[in-house]
Amino acid sequence: MKIPITVKPGTTARVKTGNWRELYVPEIDYEKCIGCSMCEKICPEGICFSTGEKNSKGKIFFEKDLDYCKGCGLCAEICPAKAIEMKREEK
Amino acid sequence: MPQKSKYKAPLAHLVNPGHSACAGCGMIIASRLVLDAAGKNTIVTNATGCSEVTTTQYPMTAFKIPWIHSLFENPASLASGISAVLRKRGQEDKINVIAIGGDGATFDIGLGNISGMWERGDNVLYVCYDNEAYQNTGYQSSGATPLNAHTTTTPAGTKSFGSQLPKKNMIEIALAHNLPYVATATVGYPLDVIDKVKKTLAIKGPKYLQIYCPCVPGWGIEPKDTVKVSKLAVNSGFYPIVEFINGQLARKMTISKQEPVENFLKIQKRFKHLFASPGGQKEIARLQVIADYNIKKFGLI
Repeated sequence: MKIPITVKPGTTARVKTGNWRELYVPEIDYEKCIGCSMCEKICPEGICFSTGEKNSKGKIFFEKDLDYCKGCGLCAEICPAKAIEMKREEK
Repeated sequence: MPQKSKYKAPLAHLVNPGHSACAGCGMIIASRLVLDAAGKNTIVTNATGCSEVTTTQYPMTAFKIPWIHSLFENPASLASGISAVLRKRGQEDKINVIAIGGDGATFDIGLGNISGMWERGDNVLYVCYDNEAYQNTGYQSSGATPLNAHTTTTPAGTKSFGSQLPKKNMIEIALAHNLPYVATATVGYPLDVIDKVKKTLAIKGPKYLQIYCPCVPGWGIEPKDTVKVSKLAVNSGFYPIVEFINGQLARKMTISKQEPVENFLKIQKRFKHLFASPGGQKEIARLQVIADYNIKKFGLI
């Protein structure tokens, strides 16, 4: 039996860790977002990202991917504009 | 269920999601910040520990760059070998070699091999993510565990306040090897981590970066408090953020207002016994002395 010792890069992406969230889910207010990218830097999953679109104040706003979000709340904690709120998630 | 967003994550980082690190994990933030700052022309060698088991469950990997794991003590030796091959091929300036290990791999198990790599002067950046115990195997104490912390091998009880040994001073050990670059950082200040990785990779020779990473289950904190705890550790003087270039203190993160070390301790379950028993105040005072000493030593205020 032959077992390969190398695997394809980034393959964990097929594991959707979104079902790890217990109670809270982040909600981003696009209008309050100033596009500083701190959420992108702190997110342990690396799934806060720039949408490339601008809000009414001309700032590029960020979004999160709930397929992977584990609901830790660090994005809401570090956001200097208080644009992210942890809301109770109804399942 | 919240409304489905029309935007999808581009998965542009060099560490993909889907890994099994805990919610709020400090280590995985550090891994991603370091690799994103280093860029895709990087080869990583990884020690055994959380950074290995959470990211590479066979047959998957979260990494999008060449990544290799051998044994607990081996990342420095592996990195030495890779660096030697790159030197021979004349690719040394194009490809970064980074060794990543936890505090167990760095302070205890791999120390001899790391010392060898530093002595030989290989062009490798060694990154230690310091979560102050063997968190992966169930919170056993390591050389990095601070004084009075509760771990499963230094349990707090009626006769003990937890770990009776202070944290090993790995920064001094690194400095004693005359490294061109030695620094500490913390995930509480991500921009500082990115800045330091970019700066250090421009320097040729062996480099050491120690990143303070709170561990959610091991320290008994809320996932959302990873940043808060890191910042309190820095602002109380408990974990000084310093940078040495050629042995000289080049930069430090100054504190505008010193937090009492008590504020840092009381939000962590690993220190809660200090607040429960009458002798605890004396032990907190001992930890305050350590913080005050750090502030005085590096002139942080």
